[in-house]
Amino acid sequence: MAMDPEESLKEYLRINLRIPLVTKISALSSAFDFLANAAPGVREIVTIGKVAFEVRERHYDLVVVDATATGHIIGQLRAPQAINELVGAGLIRSQTAWILDILGDPERTGVVVVTTPEAMPVNESIDLLEKLRTQTNVDVAAVVANRVLPEPSTRKGAFEKVISGPATFARRLSDPSIADVLLEGARLASDLRRAADEHLSELFDDVGTNHPSAQTALVPLLFDAEPGMETTRMVAEYLQSELDL
Amino acid sequence: MSGLASVVTQCRVVITCGSGGVGKTTTAAAIGLAAARHTPSRVLVVTIDPAKRLADALGLAGGVGNVETRVALDDAKGELWVAMLDTSASWDDLIHRHAADAATATQILANPLYRNITQRFVQSHDYIAMERLYDLHADGRFDLIVIDTPPSRHALDFLDAPERMADFFSSSLLKWITLPYRTFGPRAGRLGYLAARPFYQVADRTLGSQFLQDIAEFFLLFQGMYSGFVGRANAVASLLHDPSTTFVVVSSPEPSPLHEAEFFMRELSTRRLQLGGLVLNRVLPDLFENQSARDEARQLSRGIGTSTDERVAIEIGESFLRFAALADRQRAEIRRLARTSEVTVTVPLLNHDVADLAGVAAIGEQLWTGADPVTVDAEPPPVRRTAKPRTAKR
Repeated sequence: MAMDPEESLKEYLRINLRIPLVTKISALSSAFDFLANAAPGVREIVTIGKVAFEVRERHYDLVVVDATATGHIIGQLRAPQAINELVGAGLIRSQTAWILDILGDPERTGVVVVTTPEAMPVNESIDLLEKLRTQTNVDVAAVVANRVLPEPSTRKGAFEKVISGPATFARRLSDPSIADVLLEGARLASDLRRAADEHLSELFDDVGTNHPSAQTALVPLLFDAEPGMETTRMVAEYLQSELDL
Repeated sequence: MSGLASVVTQCRVVITCGSGGVGKTTTAAAIGLAAARHTPSRVLVVTIDPAKRLADALGLAGGVGNVETRVALDDAKGELWVAMLDTSASWDDLIHRHAADAATATQILANPLYRNITQRFVQSHDYIAMERLYDLHADGRFDLIVIDTPPSRHALDFLDAPERMADFFSSSLLKWITLPYRTFGPRAGRLGYLAARPFYQVADRTLGSQFLQDIAEFFLLFQGMYSGFVGRANAVASLLHDPSTTFVVVSSPEPSPLHEAEFFMRELSTRRLQLGGLVLNRVLPDLFENQSARDEARQLSRGIGTSTDERVAIEIGESFLRFAALADRQRAEIRRLARTSEVTVTVPLLNHDVADLAGVAAIGEQLWTGADPVTVDAEPPPVRRTAKPRTAKR
């Protein structure tokens, strides 16, 4: 299902307050607008609350949430706590306790941090891991690096040796003048791999130190994959082989 | 001219936007640097959260906060200044400016609800970015301001932020909430005033009367600033629509950021905001387009590997073909997207992170002129950059 905070809020009010949202009653509809759009934290709590609701009601065995951008997720995960601190009493407060229970239970909730092996995304992920650690009580289940360039199957260094001897390589080609282009392509791939390695070891060092129970996985860059079911299945297979699901 | 020069020289404000991790901040810095080198202007780049190396390159490593810092440039006609956006300091500034007196400001700053709203909830970052842009623009110290926008799944949130803030402060609902407290003071709840109103019934059952009272008190303090906030929000909105303000959409050539960029460009046009250009970062270099190289790569990939060197050669061929396929997909996407923008500039994928000012300057030159020095191919493909004739805007 696609998340819609406004719909979730309507659902919440219907279930919990038994208020039919008749938009004709202007006071109610403007109260609703206020709640949905302007009241601090309502969007966040409704989003995370809807997810927790699906878990609590056991509508599904597993609920997988594709969360919003990195900057927003901490706000959402923290929303129940923030509301608790802000709101002294009332229905909303009593409603946050069970959400916090579900979020804080590693048997039921785990965050999977997904990144690509580049500088910015890796730094952002390390930053996110720290915030998850210090600002929430949500467990980190796994860290997945996506779009990782596949390693050459040949012995380490063999690739570099060929690249550094263009004359020998050129003799393999029917048009030796093309060797430079091919080698430049190979060099770019090799440089990208090396840079990715550095970023990934920085990330996994951090995970090993601060989140020793989190699993890690690599998903290779699928060069010719079109978005769709086939690609999804391939990624699922990679994840299955790397993670203890 | 096919680069951003023609766009940027006509503007006073450039806003870079796009999804996270596409090199948005680097692009903002590079545009600012290029403008400072080529034009005799004082240029300010405001970044949100620069990656460490970029921050180092710009001399921002220590975290300069809201203070503008000058970047030393050797061969520049103008000046380059940089600043970071410190959300919580900017909010505090705003309160000091709008509050009726110092005592009210102190009370607001100490209010727990204020801290929560400004620090924990995302929309406040979006709002403050636009607010600060307006402030810097209004004080006239800079000829050109390049501002990076907060990364956001819904990249448009920041555009709506000022308007939402104005709606919020001018909402009759807020007046309702505060009315009983303005009339009867904190005893309003006990006087039974609230219970009679359907709105309070809903709000009270949802939020609790204590929280309602907290909100009311908070907004009573804010009361004196309503007109200031609303006025500012409107001014920000008109700055965004000003012909001297332009948006540069930044993306990398992966499907998901491209999708976001496309959506963003469509929205800009719906809202009658000016799209100055589309920047595509990390595009695979031209060399993968080379047809003879592709043929050779195909030959190599069909080889039989007995020795290590032979196996490496096979892998070089296979790898080249994979990248070539990826390059084709990227070009097709870029060609499609470039139709929407008058100026489209591509920056090739680099084999290293941008680590110093020279690196930022090199990207700046490419963006400024639209030239792309990483060209190995004798015949550059037609999609390299697309420039439709500019329609007269002014």
